[in-house]
Amino acid sequence: MNNQKNIKLLQGNEACVEGALLSGVKFFAGYPITPSSEIAEGMAKKLPKIGGKFIQMEDEIASMAAVIGASMAGLKSLTATSGPGMCLKQENLGFAIINEIPCVVVNAQRGGPSTGLPTKPSQGDMMQARWGTHGDHPIIALAPSTVNEILTLTIKAFNFSEKYRTPVILLLDEVIAHMREKVEIPAPEDIEVINRKKPTVPPEEYLPFKPDEDGVPPMANFGEGYRYHITGLVHNYKGLPTSDSQEIDAFIRRLHNKIEKSIKDIIIIERYLLDDAKIALIAYGSVARAAERTVKLAREEGLKVGLLKLLTIWPFCSEEVNKLAQQVDLIIVPEMNLGQMVLEVERASRGKCRVVPYGRVDGELINPIEILGKIREEIKK
Amino acid sequence: MKERLEICLSGSGGQGLILAGIILAEAAGIYDGKEAVQSQSYGPEARGGASRSEVVISNNTIDYPKVMKTDILLALTQTACDKYVKNLNEDGILLADSTIVTEVPNISNKTYLFPITETAQKKFGTKLVTNIISLGIIVGLTKVVSQEAIQKAVCSRVPVKAKEVNEKALLLGFNIAKDLRTKK
Repeated sequence: MNNQKNIKLLQGNEACVEGALLSGVKFFAGYPITPSSEIAEGMAKKLPKIGGKFIQMEDEIASMAAVIGASMAGLKSLTATSGPGMCLKQENLGFAIINEIPCVVVNAQRGGPSTGLPTKPSQGDMMQARWGTHGDHPIIALAPSTVNEILTLTIKAFNFSEKYRTPVILLLDEVIAHMREKVEIPAPEDIEVINRKKPTVPPEEYLPFKPDEDGVPPMANFGEGYRYHITGLVHNYKGLPTSDSQEIDAFIRRLHNKIEKSIKDIIIIERYLLDDAKIALIAYGSVARAAERTVKLAREEGLKVGLLKLLTIWPFCSEEVNKLAQQVDLIIVPEMNLGQMVLEVERASRGKCRVVPYGRVDGELINPIEILGKIREEIKK
Repeated sequence: MKERLEICLSGSGGQGLILAGIILAEAAGIYDGKEAVQSQSYGPEARGGASRSEVVISNNTIDYPKVMKTDILLALTQTACDKYVKNLNEDGILLADSTIVTEVPNISNKTYLFPITETAQKKFGTKLVTNIISLGIIVGLTKVVSQEAIQKAVCSRVPVKAKEVNEKALLLGFNIAKDLRTKK
């Protein structure tokens, strides 16, 4: 080695494992499922060596419960699954949201509904990520499009979960989960790792759900002398169930506001050749890479096309899309579904430009040529 | 070399095509210092069923990670050959296993035929090295990666006890490529 760079050919799922380890993950509970299994496999190999714990649970409901428990005891916790398992995790995901328990949940998307297409890609769970668990809740969901981004966004996911005390969903798709690509694994000292705020008061004064000014309450680890109650019921500062309408209102609004007021920190997007664009593609995940190629091909034909790549899916970057809609004549949203994120794009565009979906649901990745075809078709209209 | 080269290794599950793709990508990406992406497509079965491994190699950052038009196609089953030959570039190369692919497509491309699986069985007593012999032939024919790079990549990816046999299989592939070229 003539330099210190640690460059490897890694699979997307392996990059997720590396990112999680760099973030300080110490616990994984899961139930293997294609196309996410290599994350469980990697965790099973690596966690015991660093004093962490890996548990293969009986199902995804229990996996999510174990992840919540481990996080409450102070460990950074991860689980990984695909659509069918994601459905099972929803109930406890809600429990993690209402109790503000940091954790990262990976969904390597495959075709659905139900067992669907185990080995084929899809982006059919974008709205499930937002609204899969019931109740009026916020969520953070990130969607990388390269193996390298899987590593960096896994670190981001842990950081957001710890900083805002919320579960974070990392949305992969089969293409990038299984794909192998060159990755530079950063040195631990080169990355930012955020850890949850701990209480500064003694146990007898601790109010587990009393927020600081940022809307996030400091979190005591179970087993460190801070005894408190947690429940799936809407609760007061003490963590006890409440039916006081003022307390209820303040609680639900705070859950939303702690995310909403940090939206600038949470939203990650990339603009590619948008400055002079008259047509914009908005894409995420593996499809964003097809779209980037389309932009190059379209530019060769003299078409002023650009790309807005979404890395943060939820919360949605409405402001950015609204600005873009005022600039361009047409937005095309290619997705491996029949129109999910395009709904958000339409909503954010507020009728300022034409918004057109382009969906593919045959289990194959959208290719650059077909997006180019869609552009040509739409500009004739 | 073209700015972007697209390789498709096709056949059925269990023939080691995905590993072959990983080794090729590692040779290009890690040992030759280029950009490389390897992806795959396979069915829910552990063995059998169509399997394909794709590798894109470039001097620049790779946007679209999959094959658009194949430059190099390896076909280890008739079904795979019939299916993927349609997507072969005009100046693309086809390498097919001649004992399995009996109906060779009528194309103007450079086509190389060799009984790869049979040779693996005869020379090494196992079909398991078919994938590595194939890699040797591909690299010998196309120089898509350097011979040193593919040797290093093979050694780093195969199990230690199988290293020697795989190295020999790779060298055999290089030699087969030489013969195939002189015959052309």
